Amino acid sequence: MRQLFFALYARDLRLAWRRPVDALLPFGFFVVAAAMFPLGIGPEPQMLRQIAPGLIWVCALLATLLSLNALYTGDYADGTLEQLVLTGQDGAVVAAARAAAHWTLTGVPLVLVAPMFGLLFDLSGDALGTLAFTLLLGTPVLSLLGSIGAALTLGLRSAGVLLILIVLPLAVPALIFGSTAVAAVDGGQSAQAQCSLLGALLLLTTVLAPPATAAALRIALD
Amino acid sequence: MRFTSYAVPSRFFRASTSLLPWLWATAAMAGAAGLSLGLLHTASDAPPGDAGRILIIQVPAAWMSMVVYAAMAAWAAIGWLGHVRLASMAARALAPTGFVCTVLALVTGAFWTRSTWGTWWMWDARLTSELILLLLYGGYLGLAEAIEDPRRADRAGALVAIVGAVSVPVICFSVRWWDALHQGATVTSRQPPELTDGMLPATGLVALAFLAWAFAIVFVRLRAIVLERERDTAWVRALEGAVSAKARVRGIRGAPA
Repeated sequence: MRQLFFALYARDLRLAWRRPVDALLPFGFFVVAAAMFPLGIGPEPQMLRQIAPGLIWVCALLATLLSLNALYTGDYADGTLEQLVLTGQDGAVVAAARAAAHWTLTGVPLVLVAPMFGLLFDLSGDALGTLAFTLLLGTPVLSLLGSIGAALTLGLRSAGVLLILIVLPLAVPALIFGSTAVAAVDGGQSAQAQCSLLGALLLLTTVLAPPATAAALRIALD
Repeated sequence: MRFTSYAVPSRFFRASTSLLPWLWATAAMAGAAGLSLGLLHTASDAPPGDAGRILIIQVPAAWMSMVVYAAMAAWAAIGWLGHVRLASMAARALAPTGFVCTVLALVTGAFWTRSTWGTWWMWDARLTSELILLLLYGGYLGLAEAIEDPRRADRAGALVAIVGAVSVPVICFSVRWWDALHQGATVTSRQPPELTDGMLPATGLVALAFLAWAFAIVFVRLRAIVLERERDTAWVRALEGAVSAKARVRGIRGAPA
């Protein structure tokens, strides 16, 4: 089981490595989207600082969801996915490996670059650390939840929009806990409660999302 | 005859034919009684004034939006895991009704906030939760309607409904948390809407009307889905034949001599 997980995980990373631009697109979306807000709202530092936690979190959420569309489509089109399911291996392991690879490719860059954007919005040093930490806990939740949506909308005409419609309401708790944690630290309070809740959310989705994704894949391939 | 025997689509179809008039009648009578009691025969109380009467619609609509979601998720799960066709069809038939109830609760809620807090929308925990419920319905409907194969549509919809139902407590908790953090900045009196004594029976009657209406409209939609999916079976063919024969007889009688 562990062998299968790591084999699939390494394969996905290798595939992404061969086409580096594809893997960087969500990251590019995040940068562009986050840079649009000051232009739309105005350059007042006070205002920007106040909306920064939520803004960066929402941009990270959208960047993750946009990249999820392609999570299974390639393997679905060339039949790899069907073969994987037919081997009789646990579908949840397949789903978990894919979600882990997706997180490595989109979540980790976001975690690394988000504090830099926090600087552009004049967040304090502590808040920047909290931002990176909440994204570290929160982006895997988004990858895991999103993989359910990606499996459900496999092969549909309007898969991209549908996926966002399905996953966004489910991502509300992560968004709330993540952004309020940063806002709390920026306002000089402790964010321990939010971080604990976010951690609980991560554990819950780690346990529940891969089997749900596996079920969705079986439904789509039936 | 056991209750589960009505899971056979043809048997459900026949049973619902005789049940439907009763449901419509109950909805009409309870609705008329509740509305006349709430709008005409009860004095408007001091602080909310006549705006308080909005709640006799808003509260039942909000209840129904949640009850219907729970029913939809339950039937979808039964249909998917237990391979019960009629249950899957029932889940599909319930979704639009739940969506409509949610929209109604949001719109009447907007009128309520307008008259009590002075704005059309308030990001308070209840309204926000209701809005997220609307998005959950939207996701279910969007997915189920986008898939052409009914079997896959039923199952994918069931999974979305179950995932949504599992997430609802977490979402509600997080929204309440978020609301509590931001409370107090803009609004001083955030009394939750409360039903005054006189309005309570009226609200109960309207809730009964909503329930009967929901059953009736879901049955109508479910009958249509049953006919569509069972169109190649003998009993639908026979029904079709009987209906067209009746129409033919009526046509001859009605024709000018």
